[in-house]
Amino acid sequence: MNNSRIQSAFTNKKAFIGFLTAGDPTYESSFDNIMAMVKAGADLIEIGIPFSDPIAEGPVIQNADVRALANGMTTDKAFELAARVRKETDIPLVFMTYLNPVFKYGYDRFFAKCAEIGVDGLICPDMPFEEKREADEIAKSHGISIISMIAPTSEERIKSIAESAEGFLYIVSSLGVTGVRSEIKTDLASIMESVKKYAHVPAAIGFGISTPEQAEKMSKLADGVIVGSAIVRIIEKYGENSADEIFKYVKSMTDAVHK
Amino acid sequence: MANGRYGDFGGQYIPETLMNEIHKLEEAYERFSKDPDFIRELDELNRQYAGRPSLLYYADKMTKDLGGAKIYFKREDLNHTGSHKINNVLGQCLLAKKMGKTRIIAETGAGQHGVAAATAAALMGLECEVFMGKEDTIRQALNVYRMELLGAKVNPVTTGTMTLKDAVNEAMRDWTTRVDDTLYVLGSVMGPHPFPMIVRDFQSVISKEAREQILELEGKLPTAVMACVGGGSNAMGMFYNFINDKDVRLIGCEAAGRGVDTGETAATIATGSLGIFHGMKSLFCQNEYGQIAPVYSISAGLDYPGIGPEHAHLHEIGRAEYVPVTDDEAVDAFEYIARTEGIICAIESAHAVAHMMKIAPKMSKDDIIICCLSGRGDKDVAAIARYRGIDLHE
Repeated sequence: MNNSRIQSAFTNKKAFIGFLTAGDPTYESSFDNIMAMVKAGADLIEIGIPFSDPIAEGPVIQNADVRALANGMTTDKAFELAARVRKETDIPLVFMTYLNPVFKYGYDRFFAKCAEIGVDGLICPDMPFEEKREADEIAKSHGISIISMIAPTSEERIKSIAESAEGFLYIVSSLGVTGVRSEIKTDLASIMESVKKYAHVPAAIGFGISTPEQAEKMSKLADGVIVGSAIVRIIEKYGENSADEIFKYVKSMTDAVHK
Repeated sequence: MANGRYGDFGGQYIPETLMNEIHKLEEAYERFSKDPDFIRELDELNRQYAGRPSLLYYADKMTKDLGGAKIYFKREDLNHTGSHKINNVLGQCLLAKKMGKTRIIAETGAGQHGVAAATAAALMGLECEVFMGKEDTIRQALNVYRMELLGAKVNPVTTGTMTLKDAVNEAMRDWTTRVDDTLYVLGSVMGPHPFPMIVRDFQSVISKEAREQILELEGKLPTAVMACVGGGSNAMGMFYNFINDKDVRLIGCEAAGRGVDTGETAATIATGSLGIFHGMKSLFCQNEYGQIAPVYSISAGLDYPGIGPEHAHLHEIGRAEYVPVTDDEAVDAFEYIARTEGIICAIESAHAVAHMMKIAPKMSKDDIIICCLSGRGDKDVAAIARYRGIDLHE
């Protein structure tokens, strides 16, 4: 099953995927920032549900999670935020969080709620291929895609991960955690080659991408690029009044990707 | 055991970047744990370096004073580096060497695992970095310097609650940046499979020895064995070879902090619920939205919001009992065993001693309790003094 709204992000173009943490620093500002990204031409939005212990994140997104939780963001409020965005736009939306908040909410309750309000997928960095089963069937029954990740260390695992991928594939560009990198050294061309051999969904590259030059380069290798920390860094700097800066930045990135 | 499950608990909930590495670790452990050379080398390290077997000490004065069961202490505090942690690090560092790794990383709470890891790394010529919550580097400043003396780099962790769980987060993050040359030497029976199994196996030497020792000394098995539980490695070590002895009670003592109904507690079995964190499905202290709760205990080594998956399983099937012990009770026990037996034990171990003091008097003279003294208490002396209002600093 392929999620048609997610597919639309990749139809006849390379996709720019923007991330921010819900509630960073406030509920209202994250709504404004998401709408700024939409206006700037983003093709898919990843909304982070903050977690107390985000083990795959670098300091920038860790701090965003701290700010959001301190300001009272919860799973229920993240759903409210997504629902409010969904009323405004048809842009594909996916949640990005850690498995415990989803597990604790209840898989069925979580995915039913996603379906009800129009969230199309879920990314959980601590749910690898082998542990996906317990949530996968439930997600599918509600029409929600669990997005799988492929890392520079995946090697022979690429085949099984890519073959069963839903929505799109998240290609992790580098070892380590999320965060801006001046240079990406992984041989992504050869990873993309084996991904393309097995996958029936698009593949987007994330981790470390911040400049339009990097984005353009990555968009030539893959079907889309994912940018998180660079956006969150703007929010870190401008706080509740980030929307204009985010619009400007995301516009420069979407221009590069859509070239 | 499929995928490292204990009932529904366990698993491998970790980032994709680590999956191949963790599978390599599984394979390496599978191979070397059956390799006669590896077994011989580890046995020699345990005997010649760590000082094993550790004593099973009959506490005559406490037995008479408490007036019930015969009390034995398994003296892991007498091991080299002063705790049971050496059992695990010698095994894991030897495994790291065999796997061709040149660097190890470790998390630490009280500093006992960090010191042990730094020690084994020094001995085996491995580079070592230890992640330790900033809060704990202050509580256990002496251990920080000890690790540095041993040639390790100590990274104070300033994220989250700045304690043990955050040190684990940071060690995992570091591991994802350097999987090639680095083994994460996890200190407890927690984390993704195969760590709970590997650490339990290396710690099971505690109950292997204790079982032989008690049979030789008393000609019968104990009524109960007990140990303190944070992540649960000395307890798993103390329980493991008694699990099939159905009549032996297994008792784990959790850190209740200021009490299980105060919110300032680290008693996971008493107050936690099912969750998925640090690579495993187990019980965790968390809120209704699955955010991991800040936990508190006087003991930095028990100050962890989860518990190893095999403990969660032993609890669920009713094979082991878990009880909360407060700061106050542990400090009283710390002082009592010092005065009565002349043993200054770790504040972690004092949690088990405290509960033993409650149950021993209710038992008969035919009963035997073995309590694991997981570590020695030098590191805690200043903190205990402060707890008693004496302004003593190291």
